[in-house]
Amino acid sequence: MTAGVLALVLCVLCFAGFWLGRQEAVRIRSGGVQPHSLPSYYGSYVALVCGIPASLALLIWISAADSLVRQFVIAGLPDHLSALPEGDLALLLTDVRNMAYGRVPLNTARPEIVGAVEHYLRLGEISRWLMWLVVLALAIGGLLLGRRMVSAEFRARNAVEQILNILLIASSTVAVLTTIAIVLSLIFEALRFFAKVPVTEFLFGLTWSPQTALRAEQVGASGAFGAVPLITGTMLISVIAMLVAVPTGLMAAVYMSEFMPGRLRAVVKPVLEILAGIPTVVYGFFAALTVAPLVRDAGMAIGLNVASQSALAAGVVMGIMIIPFVSSLSDDVLNAVPNSLREGSYGLGATQAETIKLVLLPAALPGIVASVILAFSRALGETMIVVMAAGLAANITINPLDAVTTVTVHIAALLVGDQEFDSAKTLSAFALGLLLFVVTLTLNVIAQRVVKKYREQYE
Amino acid sequence: MMQPLHAPPNEAGVSALPRRVAESMMPTEERIGSRHTDAAAEARLRARYAAQRRFKAYGVLAIGVAIGALLWLLITLLSNGVTAFVQTNLRLAITFDPAVVDPQGNQSPESLAQGDFGRVIRDALRQRFPDAQGRVAVRNLLALLSSGAEFELRDRVIADPSMIGTTQPVWVLASSDVDMFRKGFFEKAADGGAGGRLNAQQVAWIEELAASGDLALQWNRLFFKAGDSRDPELVGVLGGVLGSFFTLFVCLVLAFPFGVAAAIYLEEFAPKNRFTDIIEVNINNLAAVPSIIFGLLGLAVFLNFFGMPRSAPLVGGIVLALMSLPTIIIASRAALRAVPPSIREAAYGLGASKMQVVLHHVLPLGLPGMLTGSIIAMAQALGETAPLLMIGMVAFIVDIPQGLTSSATALPVQIFMWADNPERGFVEKTSAAIIVLLAFLLTMNAIAIFLRKKFERRW
Amino acid sequence: MDSNIAPSQPSVPTVVSPPMLQNEPPAIAARTVNVFYGEKHALKDVTIDIYRRQVTAFIGPSGCGKSTFLRCFNRMNDIIETCRVTGRITLDGGDIYDPRLDVVQLRARVGMVFQKPNPFPKSIYDNIAYGPRIHGLTTSRKELDNVVEQSLRRAALWDEVKDRLSEPGTALSGGQQQRLCIARAIAVSPDVILMDEPCSALDPIATAKIEELMDELRQDYTIIIVTHSMQQAARVSQRTAFFHLGELVEVGPTEEIFTRPQDKRTQDYITGRFG
Ligand SMILES: Nc1ncnc2c1ncn2[C@@H]1O[C@H](COP(=O)(O)OP(=O)(O)OP(=O)(O)O)[C@@H](O)[C@H]1O
Ligand SMILES: [Mg+2]
Repeated sequence: MTAGVLALVLCVLCFAGFWLGRQEAVRIRSGGVQPHSLPSYYGSYVALVCGIPASLALLIWISAADSLVRQFVIAGLPDHLSALPEGDLALLLTDVRNMAYGRVPLNTARPEIVGAVEHYLRLGEISRWLMWLVVLALAIGGLLLGRRMVSAEFRARNAVEQILNILLIASSTVAVLTTIAIVLSLIFEALRFFAKVPVTEFLFGLTWSPQTALRAEQVGASGAFGAVPLITGTMLISVIAMLVAVPTGLMAAVYMSEFMPGRLRAVVKPVLEILAGIPTVVYGFFAALTVAPLVRDAGMAIGLNVASQSALAAGVVMGIMIIPFVSSLSDDVLNAVPNSLREGSYGLGATQAETIKLVLLPAALPGIVASVILAFSRALGETMIVVMAAGLAANITINPLDAVTTVTVHIAALLVGDQEFDSAKTLSAFALGLLLFVVTLTLNVIAQRVVKKYREQYE
Repeated sequence: MMQPLHAPPNEAGVSALPRRVAESMMPTEERIGSRHTDAAAEARLRARYAAQRRFKAYGVLAIGVAIGALLWLLITLLSNGVTAFVQTNLRLAITFDPAVVDPQGNQSPESLAQGDFGRVIRDALRQRFPDAQGRVAVRNLLALLSSGAEFELRDRVIADPSMIGTTQPVWVLASSDVDMFRKGFFEKAADGGAGGRLNAQQVAWIEELAASGDLALQWNRLFFKAGDSRDPELVGVLGGVLGSFFTLFVCLVLAFPFGVAAAIYLEEFAPKNRFTDIIEVNINNLAAVPSIIFGLLGLAVFLNFFGMPRSAPLVGGIVLALMSLPTIIIASRAALRAVPPSIREAAYGLGASKMQVVLHHVLPLGLPGMLTGSIIAMAQALGETAPLLMIGMVAFIVDIPQGLTSSATALPVQIFMWADNPERGFVEKTSAAIIVLLAFLLTMNAIAIFLRKKFERRW
Repeated sequence: MDSNIAPSQPSVPTVVSPPMLQNEPPAIAARTVNVFYGEKHALKDVTIDIYRRQVTAFIGPSGCGKSTFLRCFNRMNDIIETCRVTGRITLDGGDIYDPRLDVVQLRARVGMVFQKPNPFPKSIYDNIAYGPRIHGLTTSRKELDNVVEQSLRRAALWDEVKDRLSEPGTALSGGQQQRLCIARAIAVSPDVILMDEPCSALDPIATAKIEELMDELRQDYTIIIVTHSMQQAARVSQRTAFFHLGELVEVGPTEEIFTRPQDKRTQDYITGRFG
């Protein structure tokens, strides 16, 4: 919270800077000299010079201080403790932090821990003081400097615009930085995993069982990390979802855009889109509570053996969720087909159905394929429905009545709760994440290419 | 945009009548034998219209399936969930013995806090049913009470100490099993028990209470002011709602300015070069990255690398902000594009700088559209669950979160956790929490639609 | 023999009624046709006869309602939601706005070629075969092949495309595409072909080819063409109708319209004074 107070102080200083800068410009003007820019630009300039470096420093402190303090605490630990393996060290530090914050009673039995806690608190104090010092120094320095710059010749407007421009560019790179951070963190952790488990075993192994040791001689690993059952399970559920969503979504889109009178469509379309707005956790609950038992009972009634968490139930519910994606994308695509083709077909005496089946859908095919790819990629990455309705059974099967599991289910299962960050078990989640990321990214890139080609065709 | 094409205006009568019409269209000898009006053509035409009807039927079926699924989902949730807004209470004649409830005898809150309100409730219940003799029977009898009843009663007495020393009828919270039985979710078994959780004697007690009007459904205040609990009758959504609120607050504060700034840069300032191309492709792809990958990012970067606190709305908000950023950028760019060039030209014509044109004219006109897009992005973020699981917002947290860094969960995560509970009472509470979540989503979307309608402008 | 057309008197006085070939009844007869787009009155009381096996040209300044009128003959206006048509149009004596009439059948009999060539994104063969296929005009592949070839020959396109029938129709040149669209219309074997400025997107050589083609097709089909080129109307048509501001100003044998126009507005238009 001390950072919050500091941020407030910073805001106040910025306002003060604005006021001072403007005041000065007004003074110059009343002295008879016309400054280059309007007074408020001088004010903005001083505020920006005061605020930007200081807030950057504040941000850096917020993000870096904790790990720095941590490093110092580790360095300050007695040798037998700092030599602990990484996982245990992390646990120890968590304990230290909890004791320092009073969340856990101080363990007075171990003097070295008490020492570490005191060290931690002292370092925290120092770092907070440093933060105040540095940030305030930067802010006040900036304020004074900016104030000094104010003169009739100084082109405040250009300077402010330049700064704003840089800020705009910086904002637009946030998305790129996010992608880079995703890629780096996935690759970095996945590499640590592949140092313990060979890539080939991960990609081609037929058993997924991260909990139990299968072979004693397995190096460094605690279990089997063959992702094939997860991949086939993901494919099975996604394919079921597509079998539900594609025909339904496509036919719904066709009917709405070609047959439905405008007023009715204005009602039905938003209603269908509600399906896309319902959170996936709701679908997951629905699948587990209603659909899965229904599928099982129906199967039992006709003498089939259905798992209580069948791929069919999860897939069907996921398909329902995806219907509006397919239908709204298909709708866009159908609307992009030029009217002249419709007229050409009607002019030859085709019925509407013939026009749609023989002219519009073939003409829209690339776009429809792209939207199906996008929907499929979405199905692959969907998490909550399968976490709640598909379970953890890593079976290799194409029987939709069996229980299967997916990549996303296991990412979630491996990382929810406490983790040791150097075990193959935890790291395997990042390898799965990398796999999922690469596959969905590839599908998206392909789909976007297709869509772009398709658009150009009719432009 | 495009009008739908409705070619055949008279589909209904077509197949029955065309032959007569066609004959009437053949007054001259040359027409006889025209390939489009002879009997074979009529037959073909009938078949073609039959095909068209089938095609349309598929369309209607598809829309029916989608809307049916939506209704099924909503009805399931409503029928399971609405009852959670009332809760079963028992009326007992409770004797507030000062020795038990007010150990210090001064009626101060501190003293009452040490009082044993559980005992006075238990005594009252045993007095009501003196036939319960023996340890098992007494245990069964006391199982009708909620474990939280005493805390509620204590709060009531603290608010009104005059109750001390009196005997009066007081409503206290019943256990979830009684509640479920009262609401009809438990079926009576052949042995007189119900739902597999209540035995015949318990059912008899409940029915006796009901017969004398001492068992009633009352408004479930607790549901809106409590956090999580192990007992379904004591849970509340406030913890989740506030957690979601703090998370979304951080998300909006981060994503909106960055998103808008990025959109302004890309739409108004960016030169067409490789760098901006990369940003654009990147934004489109980032929008399609599975949400669970963002969870992995949050875990690896914010928790492990920067050492931010687990389970904190701050981190959840940052992760959701990165996830919403592409959506906001895309919506904001569309809003900026909708501002007609004539306004920019007019401003340039008056000698405004590019930055002035954007900040003074384009941005204010585009702002409603940007806000609408952002609200919709926030609605999506509100329903997001998977990334929050990764950063530890899935924890059993009874306390209502106080700020951005206190441990918290979010409403959808709360739903996920309750859904995991097999108890019938939790099914009801989960459905009710979903109703609350959907109500929030509905409100946000309604606001977005309202804004769009209000500021919709045709130039 | 044409009882339902004769009684209605022409309400446009300037109609030049004596047809060139009095011994034949008109293929299409329009009586007091009005067209509205919502509130807009686009066509006012138009009465005209269209005769068999000749080319009738519609001329007039832009926006005067030529296309609108043309699209009445195969009810393409039905697909515009705001459009309303009143009056009476008969094809071979049958009312084409009879609610019991089937538009699909009507459009098979009244083919249409549009201003901009609009081949389907399919192969050349499939473009031509589309009509025969949907109408079930052929029973065997051989027969269909034959129809495709004949249609392409009649449209004077066969020699240019016979070796690449499986290439997409959109890969042809503009002029070829338009002839493909004409061949596509012929393949349905309609009685009437409507052409809305079929040459406006084409260069002079392609235009000449299509004009030649129309002259050729006139032997078997009733053709109505909308054109902005007076020369074209003069070259290809036997009868010409001049429209102005939604009214049919004058109709008559092409030679007469161009040499002895009766109406001042027609004269002004063909001498290039407005439009
Ligand atoms: N779909 C429509 N909705 C509303 N008004 C229309 C529509 N189509 C045409 N109009 C109007 O009807 C009138 C006649 O249009 P039409 O297209 O028939 O003219 P035209 O003679 O073919 O012109 P051109 O030579 O430019 O093709 C015009 O004023 C036009 O604005
Ligand atoms: Mg026209």
